[in-house]
Amino acid sequence: MHKKRLVSLIAVASVTALILAGCSSGSDSASDSGVPKVDMMKELGAGEGQVNIVAWAGYVENGSTDPKVDWVTGFEKETGCKVNVKNGATSDDMVALMKTGEYDVVSASGDASLRLIYGGDVAPVNTELIPNYADIFENLKMQPWNSVDGVAYGIPHGRGANLLAYRTDIVKPAPTSWASVFDVNSPYKGKITAYDSPIYIADAALYLMETKPELGIKYPYALDQTQFDAAIEVLKAQKPLIGEYWGDYLKHVASLKSGGTVLGTTWQVNINLAKGEGTKVEGIKPSEGSTGWSDTWMVSSKAKNPNCAYMWMNHIASPAANAGVAEWFGEAPSNAKSCDLTADKNHCATFHAADDAYWKDVYYWNTATEACLDGRTDVKCVPYAEWVKAWSSLRNS
Amino acid sequence: MLNSLSNYFHKKQRLRLIALLTTPVLWLVVAYLGALAMLLVTAFFTINSFTGNVIQQFNLGNFQDMLTDVAYKNVFLRTLGIAISVTLICSVLAIPMAFYMAKITGPRSQKILVALVLTPLWASYLVKIYAWRTMLEPGNGVLDWLLGPIGIHSPGFGGPAIVIGLSYLWLPYMILPIYAGLERLPNNLLDASGDLGAHNFYTFRKIILPLIFPSLVAGSMFTFSLSLGDYITAQIIGGKLQMLGNVVYQNFSINLPFAATIAMIPVSIMALYLYLVRRTGALASM
Repeated sequence: MHKKRLVSLIAVASVTALILAGCSSGSDSASDSGVPKVDMMKELGAGEGQVNIVAWAGYVENGSTDPKVDWVTGFEKETGCKVNVKNGATSDDMVALMKTGEYDVVSASGDASLRLIYGGDVAPVNTELIPNYADIFENLKMQPWNSVDGVAYGIPHGRGANLLAYRTDIVKPAPTSWASVFDVNSPYKGKITAYDSPIYIADAALYLMETKPELGIKYPYALDQTQFDAAIEVLKAQKPLIGEYWGDYLKHVASLKSGGTVLGTTWQVNINLAKGEGTKVEGIKPSEGSTGWSDTWMVSSKAKNPNCAYMWMNHIASPAANAGVAEWFGEAPSNAKSCDLTADKNHCATFHAADDAYWKDVYYWNTATEACLDGRTDVKCVPYAEWVKAWSSLRNS
Repeated sequence: MLNSLSNYFHKKQRLRLIALLTTPVLWLVVAYLGALAMLLVTAFFTINSFTGNVIQQFNLGNFQDMLTDVAYKNVFLRTLGIAISVTLICSVLAIPMAFYMAKITGPRSQKILVALVLTPLWASYLVKIYAWRTMLEPGNGVLDWLLGPIGIHSPGFGGPAIVIGLSYLWLPYMILPIYAGLERLPNNLLDASGDLGAHNFYTFRKIILPLIFPSLVAGSMFTFSLSLGDYITAQIIGGKLQMLGNVVYQNFSINLPFAATIAMIPVSIMALYLYLVRRTGALASM
């Protein structure tokens, strides 16, 4: 008996040793400083026959959701690149998917793009190979979240604000402020929702900018420890109000429809989907402003179909496709010429495509780092990894 | 050709053994134990806090995080509670059902009942849980519609919903081993007990229960371990409640080493459970 046990112990130990040895030989992928050197594509070749895309829901539509919403079929016919899409629910999802190396292109928000660049997961983009880049709004090009040291890492896609959704037939009077989702005496207790990602901490910080000016929060992604703790307190107080946190947009839309959720943060595309199913729901940008996103199409450093990837990036930045996405998802397009092609001629005005004043109180998702992003140097800010831990702790308490 | 090959192996006994065992042993050691060992090793790594890349450097930070944060103690106790409740509910439901199938009904309907118990396993897990979502939906779900008039309301999404959903999902895994155990139980034991004047409940407690105990343990290993590792049910009908599996799911994309650390909890609980089961001797008579 004892002898047997010894033998099995030795077997387990040897397996462990083998695996450890296997690990240490292929490490060195982590980089602590600077951007890993990744080569840029020099010239465009023939398409590989397919392209694998990680995108936000609603960014890559081939008519299967709504027959009128289709900017993929034409691209497939024209280039011979079959489009395979994988929707990411959160930026963290997208970063993880891109690290697998199985995808060619990603529509990364600002809280994913820098992590991807510094992780060596995406390659610099040769904008000369993308003719439609010329028509992109100048103030979206070469921004801190899509370029490093004057090298472009992607093609701007569009931007928008996270909205406050409410069921017009149930929530009366209509909300005007984020206070409605943080009010501990809310009559809608148990029917409020929040986005299930650490980045939602920024929404609480944004709310505190208005309600507790003494905390001195200037930018919701640059929180020192005191400010961060205050934001977490807000979320802890909010938790009893929440019925469900949403990560899966389809479940979220179903909840809005059934009345399980009547109030909470959302994207315009969810409102469009719920409305399409006959739900009485509206979305507003509350008085405090909002968190939001400015997305970038990036190409993987391990892309197996780089030519199709470039063709896709050029296609999605083209006025027609860009107008299609912008209108379907409910965001401001990035291509200046898109505005003439939207079905609703007021779309660009409604979504303030060229209206810089509107974007003043929209805080695009960003990755918090220890060096405060708002320029403060006298304190250390809470880095995103701590946000993740705090969120996990909050959700499981 | 085949003949000469078989002749060759017939003579070389040792070679024959190696040829026979290499594939299954490789599978067991590399794919099965290897994955477990990988999990154990990863739990001691850490990540670059900015890019999320795994840094292969031994440290105990993950375990420290797990043990010092009260949230993970809560989620551990909650998950354990759910797994125990599910196991108890499944046993209570399965024993009378299996007894009826094995001892009371005729051989013809016996076969039909076994088939009926197995049918839910043919449907997809997701379909069944989404069905429970529409049933439990507070306010306008099937349960509220059906039982509302007599004053019973749906528990809504949360802990009770998870227990109901998991009990439903794993019930067949409890019924089948108990049914098999009861099949082997000789009828004359029950008759003898009755003849000697024992009440039904006394017979159950003194004769049936000890004899089907190994089957009960076998069933509980399924229901307990399956509940312990589940996360999809909690995601769909758990409301904002999370189980250990959800913590792993939440972290594996952002912080793989921490997810591995959390995943060690159910592994340890199961190891402990199997050890306790072995001490009772139930494994030997299974």
